[in-house]
Amino acid sequence: MAKTGLDGHWRGPTIVARALRDAGFEVIMIGMANTDDIVRAAVDEDVDLVGLNVGGHIDVAIRAVNSVQEARPEVPIFAGGTVPPRSVKMLQDLGVEVYPPGSQLADIVDAAQRLTATR
Amino acid sequence: MSAICEQVDAALAGSRPALARLLSIAERSGPELLEIEDRISARVGNALVVGVTGPPGAGKSTLINALLPHALKDFDGVGVLAVDPSSPFSDGAILGDRVRMQGGEYGSSVFIRSMASRGELGGLARAASTAMRLMDACGWSLIIIETLGIGQVELDVMNLADTTLVVLNPGWGDTIQANKAGLTEAGDVFVINKADKPGADVTRTDLLESLSLLNREPPPPVCQSTASTGDGVAELWTALRDHQDYLEQSGQLDSARAHKQQLLVRRTITHQLTHEVERLMDSDLATSMLDQSTLGQLDLRQTVDRLLRELARPRG
Repeated sequence: MAKTGLDGHWRGPTIVARALRDAGFEVIMIGMANTDDIVRAAVDEDVDLVGLNVGGHIDVAIRAVNSVQEARPEVPIFAGGTVPPRSVKMLQDLGVEVYPPGSQLADIVDAAQRLTATR
Repeated sequence: MSAICEQVDAALAGSRPALARLLSIAERSGPELLEIEDRISARVGNALVVGVTGPPGAGKSTLINALLPHALKDFDGVGVLAVDPSSPFSDGAILGDRVRMQGGEYGSSVFIRSMASRGELGGLARAASTAMRLMDACGWSLIIIETLGIGQVELDVMNLADTTLVVLNPGWGDTIQANKAGLTEAGDVFVINKADKPGADVTRTDLLESLSLLNREPPPPVCQSTASTGDGVAELWTALRDHQDYLEQSGQLDSARAHKQQLLVRRTITHQLTHEVERLMDSDLATSMLDQSTLGQLDLRQTVDRLLRELARPRG
């Protein structure tokens, strides 16, 4: 679970991480991280799923998505944060599931379980 | 060659993804675990291992982050194993150590791995010892093991580490606390972190006084640091190095490692047995016996004797 760009907001990723913890996930929080940090964590931690809290410019998030997909093509990515509709579309086009503000925690947990079911 | 052996060979040849994968396999502690151990055993024993332990929020992760640049002057690669607690309710975990140490600025010379305790009560994860030896075999020459936030007795780390660092804070306790069993007996080096907060000197004095009664040779040093600013961290690194030098020069490194090897055998047997017991308890036999004992048709002794006999029965 990482925050892209210069994103100082912890509430969203923390709430989601706790919901996932309560559903039995082991959630590795890495906080505000650049693309290299995110890729290194995805590889070294052998993760099953990457969660991005999209903050800052959408280009930064897209760079992170591209790099994770290059390093761990088999690992699904989902994202949240205050993402404008146009950016949601850009992420979805890359195969990222997006949960913008207003999404239900239960739906996010379901998604995490579905995305990791075959792993 | 089995898939596991291929994976191990790739990791030994320097593949980070292969090492990462093997650490996950070790965490599941299935039968592959002994296969991994077999394959790496000849390559283990070159790394120095520092254990870092202390109460929750003492600053263990931040301190390790601050130690990394010093460590990298003396070692070409540092592996960090950071353990955080699993929930006893959901089995889930939030592993937050990477927030304090990303290691990114050191590129490929630092490998950080988080691990959830998954029900282990000694401050580590069940797979910690295999994880440590995997990193060792893969050439990480210094390994730092961070325990979850401990209380007084969750001290398994001292059985893995060559040097155990205990991290405390100002106001941690008076001489009575310092004299209690456990934590103060386990440390080879102590540090009062967050030493910019009031009370650091009193805590240090109390601790030194208590440690002096242990008559340990050499007496464990008590350092002070403020990990967030880096104050005192160079001196702490020197103290850790001094302890390692002492172990090597006094010949204690070898004897301590022999002792730890014996503990490893014991622990591995215990883990394998636990695994067998869990499997037995999931069996139809155990389920029906548990039902009968709930109904009062079997007493505790009958149930336990019968199940223990089943456990001892050789499987075909």
